[in-house]
Amino acid sequence: MAATPKEPVQFRGAGPLNAQISGVLTWVDQRFPLMSLWREHLAEYYAPKNFNFWYFFGSLALLVLVIQIVTGIFLVMHYKPSAAEAFASVEYIMRDVPGGWFIRYMHSTGASAFFVVVYLHMFRGLMYGSYRQPRELIWIFGMLIYLCLMAEAFFGYLLPWGQMSFWGAQVIVNLFDALPLIGPDLSTWIRGDFVISDATLNRFFAFHVIALPLVLLGLVAAHIMALHEVGSNNPDGVEIKEKKDAQGRPLDGIPFHPYYTVKDIVGVVVFLFLFFTVVFFAPEMGGYFLEYNNFIPADPLKTPAHIAPVWYFTPYYSILRAITEDFMLVLAIGVAAYVVLIWLTVRDARIKMAAAAIGLVVIVLMKGGPLAIEAKVWGVVMMGAATLIFFLLPWLDRSPVKSIRYKGTLSRTALTIFVINFIVLGYYGVQVVTPVGTVISQIGTLLYFAFFLLMPWYSAMDKTKPVPERVTM
Amino acid sequence: MSEQDTDQGKRQFLVAATTVAGGVAAGAVAVPFAASMLPSERAKAAGAPVEVDVSMLAPGERVTVEWRGKPVWIVRRTKEMLETIKANEGNVADPLSKKPMQPAYAANETRAIKDEYLVVVGICTHLGCSPVGKFAKQAEAFDPNWQGGFYCPCHGSLFDLAGRVYKNRPAPDNLVVPPHKYLSDTRILIGEDTKGA
Repeated sequence: MAATPKEPVQFRGAGPLNAQISGVLTWVDQRFPLMSLWREHLAEYYAPKNFNFWYFFGSLALLVLVIQIVTGIFLVMHYKPSAAEAFASVEYIMRDVPGGWFIRYMHSTGASAFFVVVYLHMFRGLMYGSYRQPRELIWIFGMLIYLCLMAEAFFGYLLPWGQMSFWGAQVIVNLFDALPLIGPDLSTWIRGDFVISDATLNRFFAFHVIALPLVLLGLVAAHIMALHEVGSNNPDGVEIKEKKDAQGRPLDGIPFHPYYTVKDIVGVVVFLFLFFTVVFFAPEMGGYFLEYNNFIPADPLKTPAHIAPVWYFTPYYSILRAITEDFMLVLAIGVAAYVVLIWLTVRDARIKMAAAAIGLVVIVLMKGGPLAIEAKVWGVVMMGAATLIFFLLPWLDRSPVKSIRYKGTLSRTALTIFVINFIVLGYYGVQVVTPVGTVISQIGTLLYFAFFLLMPWYSAMDKTKPVPERVTM
Repeated sequence: MSEQDTDQGKRQFLVAATTVAGGVAAGAVAVPFAASMLPSERAKAAGAPVEVDVSMLAPGERVTVEWRGKPVWIVRRTKEMLETIKANEGNVADPLSKKPMQPAYAANETRAIKDEYLVVVGICTHLGCSPVGKFAKQAEAFDPNWQGGFYCPCHGSLFDLAGRVYKNRPAPDNLVVPPHKYLSDTRILIGEDTKGA
């Protein structure tokens, strides 16, 4: 089938070469969907006009991804992925490679910056209900990106082969060891050895520099394609596509380019100021971005006196540490109470029965004497559940409105507590274990899960405010 | 060929058969890739036993040796240290070493062939950190009634001087006692034992 001939492209710049550029663009456009891509994703992608501060972080995440890929390529030129040479090659990059320290500090600061930006981006989603119908898939792709980033950060952290690299990997790989039946074989398979060794370092390098970046790029493309299919949400949580002008353009939409490209450049400039302040003046960030123990080569015989993951993992690490044998009783009571809540408030008999059956199995596995699984396994399960539960958010939120602006006190309080709790859990995740810290982490764990699991109730009960017809500025 | 001549049943069968055959081939080709990530022959071979001479070890001291890439501790326990083990019976989860974390010859109260020498793998049974020796009997931040033993800096698990785990800590099990035997009074071979001993 012959393609319908396309309209020639008219390039309307100010210069004398307009005709020549138009010719080249026309030639390309007849062989590649150049102009339709340009229009669909930039010039005629209509984004709500009321984006605020919180809408900087999506494009900033893309910027950090580019920084990580570019600096990563140049680091790989000098880095040696072997247990014997890795630590020395990183020091070589820091001392002998011209500008090597700069590239490496951009990469290490970029890792933390990625999580800063992504956490703020996720918080934006939580505030304005950006995960709600019809944006569930955008949220799911986003969560997959987040998991992929965590894996990327974890694999990358082993590469300098310092003490924290080694023992961090030891702890995380041993999480799989805790799984019943397949655990020990699975963790040996992941390591490629019976201990963290050269084989482990080599494969983590492969995951970090090729496997996961490819997955990440694919997911980012899917995230943006899904976003551009349904259109962006906004701080009011109203659908701009419902009110269009005669040409079919949303009345409250403005073309992404030039309006938001220019706006985002302002965000980029401010971000880069902060980013390079850290790179130049505080690349270790007081031990939070680069831990001091990681300047000691890996020693398989000696764990550092105080071990803590890098800051972005610490809320989950707190949850892992909070699950002790004593706490299992509290968890089992929590599960029982949740089943009772479902039983009393849900009308569908099948859901009631399913909740009771699942609840009973979980309680037996938690506290059922000889059938109980040990607390260590539950710690791993709870930590995994804490990251995965975000996926369910689109279906847990039953509020009639999307944005926090029109939600009531219950949802606002819940989100506030969740954010404070996330920070408190993060704080205790870097501290030495103390009895008080453990109790606080345990309360934090309950609050963390309550935010999600009770959402179907409090979001539906909440007194909402009327949502405006059009966006407000 | 017109639509009427199409044998829909045959077409469906062929599509299903091709899908199944393709799926099986894709699954089968994943096997060598997954298998390549298993420990190599070289990794499997690196596991020879280690001989340690403990004659220079003063009472109350510890020596760490590497066996299969893991730290193995040998602690020469004093009389006082052995007494704390008895005193600790109520604090630990498995005082009589009922769980199979040791060879049969070490399934006793002191978890050793000879009371004087504790031989354990210095890897926490929680998530594999190497606990720190806190042998002094004194109040510690993690336990005001500390009897002396090992403290894991990662997640706060505690072990007494027989490598027995304290109750209600993240680690579920006592420290592992590796297979070992005495070649003479003061020479220990780690990684090998007399079968049936």
